[in-house]
Amino acid sequence: MSFESLLFQAVNGLASASGLFLVAAGLSIIFGVTRIVNMAHGSFYMLGLYLAVTLAPLLGETVGGALGFWGGIVAAALVTAGLGALVEVVLLRRIYAAPELYQLLATFALLLIINDAALYFWGPEDILGPRAPGLSGSVEFLGRHLPQYDIFLALIGPIVLIGLHIVLTGTRFGRLVRAATQDREMVAALGINEAVLFTAVFALGTGIAGLGGALQMAREPANLALDLSVLGDAFVVVVVGGMGSLRGAYLAALLVAEVKALCTALGVVEVAGITFNMSRLTLVAEFLVMAVVLVIRPHGLFGRPQPAAARRGEAEAPLVPLGPRGRLVALAVLAFFAGIPLFSAFASYAPVLALDMVIAALFAASLHLLMGPGGLASFGHAAYFGLGAYGTACAATVLGLPTPLALVIGIATASAGAVLFGWFCVRLEGVYFAMLTLAFAQIVWSIAYQWEEVTGGSNGLFGVWPDPPFDSANGLYLAALAVTLAGLVLIRRLVFAPFGLALRAARDSRLRAEASGIAVEKVRWLAFALAGTLCGAAGGLFAFAKGSISPEAISVGRSIDGLVMVLLGGVNSLTGPLLGAGGLTLLQDMVMRESAYWRALLGLIILAAVLLFPAGLAGGLRRRRAP
Amino acid sequence: MTAPVLKVSALTKRYGGVQALDGVSFAIAPGELLALIGPNGAGKSTCFNIVNGQLRPDSGHVRLIGSGTAGRDITGLAPRRIARLGVGRTFQVATVFGSMTALENVQMALIAARGQVFGLWRPARDLARQEALDLLEQTGMAAQAGRPAASLAYGDVKRLELAMALAGEPRLLLMDEPTAGMSAGERHDMIALVRQLTRVRGLAVLFTEHSMDVVFGHADRVVVLARGRLIADGSVEAVRDDPAVREVYLGGIPVGGRNER
Repeated sequence: MSFESLLFQAVNGLASASGLFLVAAGLSIIFGVTRIVNMAHGSFYMLGLYLAVTLAPLLGETVGGALGFWGGIVAAALVTAGLGALVEVVLLRRIYAAPELYQLLATFALLLIINDAALYFWGPEDILGPRAPGLSGSVEFLGRHLPQYDIFLALIGPIVLIGLHIVLTGTRFGRLVRAATQDREMVAALGINEAVLFTAVFALGTGIAGLGGALQMAREPANLALDLSVLGDAFVVVVVGGMGSLRGAYLAALLVAEVKALCTALGVVEVAGITFNMSRLTLVAEFLVMAVVLVIRPHGLFGRPQPAAARRGEAEAPLVPLGPRGRLVALAVLAFFAGIPLFSAFASYAPVLALDMVIAALFAASLHLLMGPGGLASFGHAAYFGLGAYGTACAATVLGLPTPLALVIGIATASAGAVLFGWFCVRLEGVYFAMLTLAFAQIVWSIAYQWEEVTGGSNGLFGVWPDPPFDSANGLYLAALAVTLAGLVLIRRLVFAPFGLALRAARDSRLRAEASGIAVEKVRWLAFALAGTLCGAAGGLFAFAKGSISPEAISVGRSIDGLVMVLLGGVNSLTGPLLGAGGLTLLQDMVMRESAYWRALLGLIILAAVLLFPAGLAGGLRRRRAP
Repeated sequence: MTAPVLKVSALTKRYGGVQALDGVSFAIAPGELLALIGPNGAGKSTCFNIVNGQLRPDSGHVRLIGSGTAGRDITGLAPRRIARLGVGRTFQVATVFGSMTALENVQMALIAARGQVFGLWRPARDLARQEALDLLEQTGMAAQAGRPAASLAYGDVKRLELAMALAGEPRLLLMDEPTAGMSAGERHDMIALVRQLTRVRGLAVLFTEHSMDVVFGHADRVVVLARGRLIADGSVEAVRDDPAVREVYLGGIPVGGRNER
């Protein structure tokens, strides 16, 4: 590695930092005022890019190339801001008073819908934009050619940072934004029109994200994976920089982008006789940056500890063990599922579908352990599903281990991952916890995607077939049923054991729990590890059920499926996630496979669930039964 | 005076340019009901939060003294560690575990005090049940044992919190405004209950309080802070007649005199 290549990568890193900053800044401003973490923020970045590559050539035809290019960028940012304002008025206004989890899910539903809308309008192929007129050349510096456009982008970040600073400190609008960030109630009490302020802030935030996307026109093609990858990066930046701090966001974006650039510049290095391809380790580097910052400053570089979020809504009713009737119902359901192989003679699809349901049940139940009794909504549960699946698949194919042992290896992999990531996650609560879990899941996904030698890259691993007697549909199904049942019994025991009581205590009142001598972080860490372990079992079973595992199957969509299952079933009950898992699996099997736009469909289901049944299906049933 | 339970020596704490605490020292003996009072901004909360571990002082020490030992320095220890060393506490706005019954709340506190939190298999239902019922009995909450904590009246939540703070046989109880938010009748009942518990259990209680009726009607001793300094430490009578105390409160008008005279 030479000094020149380092410099080249450093400029490249500065350009990336600007893009990251524009997304994170909007996210941060919107959260500051509305207290909503906009999961669809990456989607507005993606929309900005798609709009720019469409509008720039269109404008170019009428007003000429240069004006068309720059006009296209400005127009894309403005249209994105307009769409943001529309979304705020139509959707967000209805959920400002809803619990955090529902807000996160609703904006995630928006992400799904926008993604399918982009698929509908622009198609699945990547679209490359025109190059920047006047900036397509390069500047010679120390004998190295630095692209002019990268230098221009590197300057955009600080320019926007200064611009936002001037707006926030020098204008009436900016003062209102800062006042609302500090004390929303007070601003409302002073007679400020909150509705207009919120719409304006959302439009500003999404407009900046759209600008960030549009500016990438000359660097990268518009594609449908951008929304999630940008969101994951933005979360890392916001967690590292500290929520609500624009300086922090820029510094964190710089730190993350430069560390990645440095890894790329280092290339292949040899340490103690082992060769590392550093350019493949950019995501691990990102994780290490985040880990180091969070250990030293748990609230980020410029973040302040947030006051403990008061739990909104009613407290749950005390949990009671199943009565005789409940036990009877549980046994009947179990008997039904155990008897499924009997139907396989005339409905060969029955055990296959039932296998999917059983795996989904274990997945959802493990997430529920964290979300329900723990009160911690993980948006990255797919990570442990993926670790379990890949661990199992590697053990079965590469190492050629027998089926049960391969599953154990997969579970151990997931467990180790949950112990490591959990240590960081349990230091945070609420939306911060959600963001960090999602960021970790993105990292696991990227490793699966990038580490081709072990994971098979984007194709994944194939030929993960179980040995006899698990090689038949019925054999594997019964084994999966047994594992799931064991998992459910364990979760049920945990919830009523002292540990489960302590977990609920920490959720109800962290202050009181600490004052009673409960080590809240340790309790949560163990819950995180156990949930990850059980989720790993579901992942391992999944690998055997499909005979393969690919990054697609462990993407954020998987995490969200889990959240939807728990939400559909109701967070407040232990049977809820099981109902939700069964329901969503059936729905996916029967309806969604038929449609090319199943993401949007899922998004609409989530929105309907959030807006119509805030307590979930099981919650609705219980309410009806109550006098 | 017998050996104290808690000894606070030369606590100092600054916030930027404000000297919140300036060399505050006092001690509290077993069975003693000690009130910590002072006008707004006197440093009560700072002092209280240093003792319970939520704040770390700039200098000075908090020492918890066991039977026959020289004492353990608990300065800056995490609240949950201080709790496990035998210090119970209640909050100004009482908090309990809303999703559990009153009985489960106290069971939880007992389980935590015994270090059984990481039990993963055996149900918690039968753990420490009798002890929990006894504590509810002592705090007058026995009839409410099976009710969800979220459905209790505020006065009962305060009693439940007291029962939880008593789990694990603490030697010292820290109560931040134990009667805040209660009606006059409830106030008297609450403080009488605490008074009785200190006698029966030899428990030391350090409390802050805004209600002068409660302080001068029930405390054994009163410590008065003003602008971060300790200006008086003595019996109710001595403090009431202290000219310095009269000066900071109400500019010379006798303190706590409404009911007594």
